[in-house]
Amino acid sequence: MAAYTLRVNGEAHDLDTDPAKPLVYVLRGELGLTGPKIGCALEQCAACAVLVDGEHTLSCNRAASEFEGTEITTIEGLAEDAIGARIQDAFMAENAAQCGYCTPGIIVAVASLLKSNPGPSDGDISEALADHLCRCGSHNRVLRAVRNAISGGQADAA
Amino acid sequence: MPRNPSLDNSPNLDEWIVFEDDGRVTVRSGKVDIGQHVSTAVATIAAEELDIEPACIDVPIAITGIAPNEGITSGSMSMETSGEAVRRAAATAKRHLLGLAAAALDAEISTLEVNDGLVRVADSNKTISYWELMSGKAFEIEVDEDIDLKSPDQFKYMGVKTVAKEMRDIVTGGHMFVHDMVWPDMLHARLVRPPHYWAKLKSIDEGAGERLADQGLELVVNGSFIAVAGSDEWTAVKAAERLANDVSWNMGDGLKSQDVFDSLLSNRREAFPVVGGVPQEQDVPPLGNPPADARLTLAAHYERPYTMHGSIAPSSAAAIFEDGKLTVWTHSQGIYLLRISMSDALQMEPADITLHHALGSGCYGHNGADDVALDAALVARQIPGRHILVKWTRDDEHAWEPYSPAMAMRLRASLGDDGQVIEWSHETYSDTHIMRPRPGANRAGAARLLAMRMVENPLDAPVAEPAMGFHIGIHRNLDPLYDFPERRLIKNLVRDLPLRTSAMRTLGAYSNVFAIESFMDELAEAAGADPVEFRLSHLSDERGRDCIEAAAKALRGGAEEPPEGRGWGFGFARYKNVQAYAAVGIELEVTDAAEVKLHRAVIAADAGQVVDPDGLSAQMEGGLIQAASWALYEEVTFDQDGITSRDWDTYPIMRFDNVPDIEVILMQRPNAPFLGAGEASSGPAGAAIANAIYNVAGIRMRRLPLTPDAIRSAAMA
Repeated sequence: MAAYTLRVNGEAHDLDTDPAKPLVYVLRGELGLTGPKIGCALEQCAACAVLVDGEHTLSCNRAASEFEGTEITTIEGLAEDAIGARIQDAFMAENAAQCGYCTPGIIVAVASLLKSNPGPSDGDISEALADHLCRCGSHNRVLRAVRNAISGGQADAA
Repeated sequence: MPRNPSLDNSPNLDEWIVFEDDGRVTVRSGKVDIGQHVSTAVATIAAEELDIEPACIDVPIAITGIAPNEGITSGSMSMETSGEAVRRAAATAKRHLLGLAAAALDAEISTLEVNDGLVRVADSNKTISYWELMSGKAFEIEVDEDIDLKSPDQFKYMGVKTVAKEMRDIVTGGHMFVHDMVWPDMLHARLVRPPHYWAKLKSIDEGAGERLADQGLELVVNGSFIAVAGSDEWTAVKAAERLANDVSWNMGDGLKSQDVFDSLLSNRREAFPVVGGVPQEQDVPPLGNPPADARLTLAAHYERPYTMHGSIAPSSAAAIFEDGKLTVWTHSQGIYLLRISMSDALQMEPADITLHHALGSGCYGHNGADDVALDAALVARQIPGRHILVKWTRDDEHAWEPYSPAMAMRLRASLGDDGQVIEWSHETYSDTHIMRPRPGANRAGAARLLAMRMVENPLDAPVAEPAMGFHIGIHRNLDPLYDFPERRLIKNLVRDLPLRTSAMRTLGAYSNVFAIESFMDELAEAAGADPVEFRLSHLSDERGRDCIEAAAKALRGGAEEPPEGRGWGFGFARYKNVQAYAAVGIELEVTDAAEVKLHRAVIAADAGQVVDPDGLSAQMEGGLIQAASWALYEEVTFDQDGITSRDWDTYPIMRFDNVPDIEVILMQRPNAPFLGAGEASSGPAGAAIANAIYNVAGIRMRRLPLTPDAIRSAAMA
């Protein structure tokens, strides 16, 4: 076992787990944050995506202990964030999810994109979502929601 | 009009609608949410007929013994059965409430008006609410199936875009799937599966059990069914991976690995002529010579490989076995039928088993949902008194889910002097699409659950009976909607095929429509006709014609030709010939690397009266994107040692970089019956893509998937 501290959604958590335990299992099990999903545990579907220091990061394989000293944000924490909340509202307005299993990871990817680039092109958006699988076929709604979130942000800034 | 089967099963109004003491209304549906947001549509319908706000209606998750028994949530039937039943239940409730109000307010019914559940005598301040009228009482009447319904000009909620009830939870991470459920005493379990269907447990390394016990883990072994359970999920995951190395298997003969498309035509089979969408117990008429007056005759052979549901969440279920009773949380699409099947598998009374529907990710048919429910029950029975949460791994899901069967379609048609089809033959070959657990001969309910092949005293893999109903399974949409004078339609249920198969979105319709609509383009070209005009000249169904014309107009936008370097293709069908209509147009390019890039798609659909236009559009879009993924990327591969499509690298699906812009046009059919829509766009989409590839590249693709390798090979052939 290994003792370490994780900062998640603005709070510090002292943990003592198998040092190899991947981040997503710690978030879901120890911290009860079930927004990040396990879809493949192979870094192939991105349902587990979270923000680490604002960067889009897959959480299903890398050990949680590696993330000591970083600021982790999950889908649950994004509601407290202006950009995150705007994206969530835009997804709602477009009904940009059917079953919703892939949605937390996708919203995290969009948040990461808009934090670094407030005016991304369609190509940038597609690139940011390249890792993310959606089987229900909500892709067009997701892309519309992202464009709306961008224009909403630009309207706020104006 | 035929009786509504849901109302036949559950005729009492109190089974459908309950006025709760807290000012809310519970509307029960036996159909389950599988990502299509059906509970939002059900609430909208009930709100409309009751005249209350949709926001004060709750549609609870289905539980056996409480929810109406509405069979399986499948076949795009939720709106046609549950939606129509709820609509009549709500209208019956309102009529009853107005009767009570008239008595309570001492007024004529004709003078009463309702606003958000408050009944008022017109031009007065005399009011009483629905809840005051009910005050905890039951209706104790039956739903009147022939009751007058609102007319569209009175609609307040139906036909208007809504945001699905669960969207806030979905976007904030609070949407609770079965995978996310927690109980204080819960154990996480993982399975150790054999290498393939026919492998049997030989031995487990002697020290394995002890090593697991040292880690506080439990080992469950029942025949070749093996599971590991422990309180920490990651520990259980790692332990199951290690245990897999400690297990040896008798491999048997392995999978039959000869080419499945050869097997489809050469294996033993049961063949039936299909008339009016229904297989006949008759000899198959031979394919004779073309008619003497045929100007030309074309023949073509189309193929589709095995494909998988590919749910993004591997299947999962929770269970607890306590005091001889079993409770299961499952994302099955048919909790009543699963309960009966599990009672046979476990040799328990159905009354001792309760199934709660719980959310899974989108399933698109019979995936691992039912199987994992039995897995959880088997573990729970070995470890009584504790909640057991079983999750399949990605590998389990890819390798063990029941696939959509490979199919072959052999078509031949003749054109007369006027360029019209004068004879049409379509033979379709497939394994079964119908293997959901449900009671039947040879303990079919139990035998169709995967673990029953593995446990001690296993059941044999089930053998499908030929499905003889209207447009089901292999012969779904075998019968084209076109006005062909002579049609020879043959269904072949092929035996001894290698992989486990069952129902996946559209069942046989996707392959049949892919073949029919590809062949229509081949015939149109032979006749020198425009593909849209050729379809219209064979279609008298006005609603179908409207869809085709609308899709063609939207795709072409007045232009004669697609933009430089791009191709256009069309496809059309009416799902099962009685549900929603969809015409699809596709604009795409084929790159120098022989990759298909989808640019635009249009869907013109007629689903009768629209309840929620945005929800309906979402179903059409999703059906198209999934079908495009099947068409371009998907094929389950295998060899003698087992399935080789075991993750998303070896079984790729559609990604964000190749989704087309989609325009959905919904035909307005006020108060026409709801038509099931969830599967309507898929068949036309597959054919439209193949037709567009031909249009731009001159390459006729008749075997899916349409990969760069396949396109290059076809180009050289």
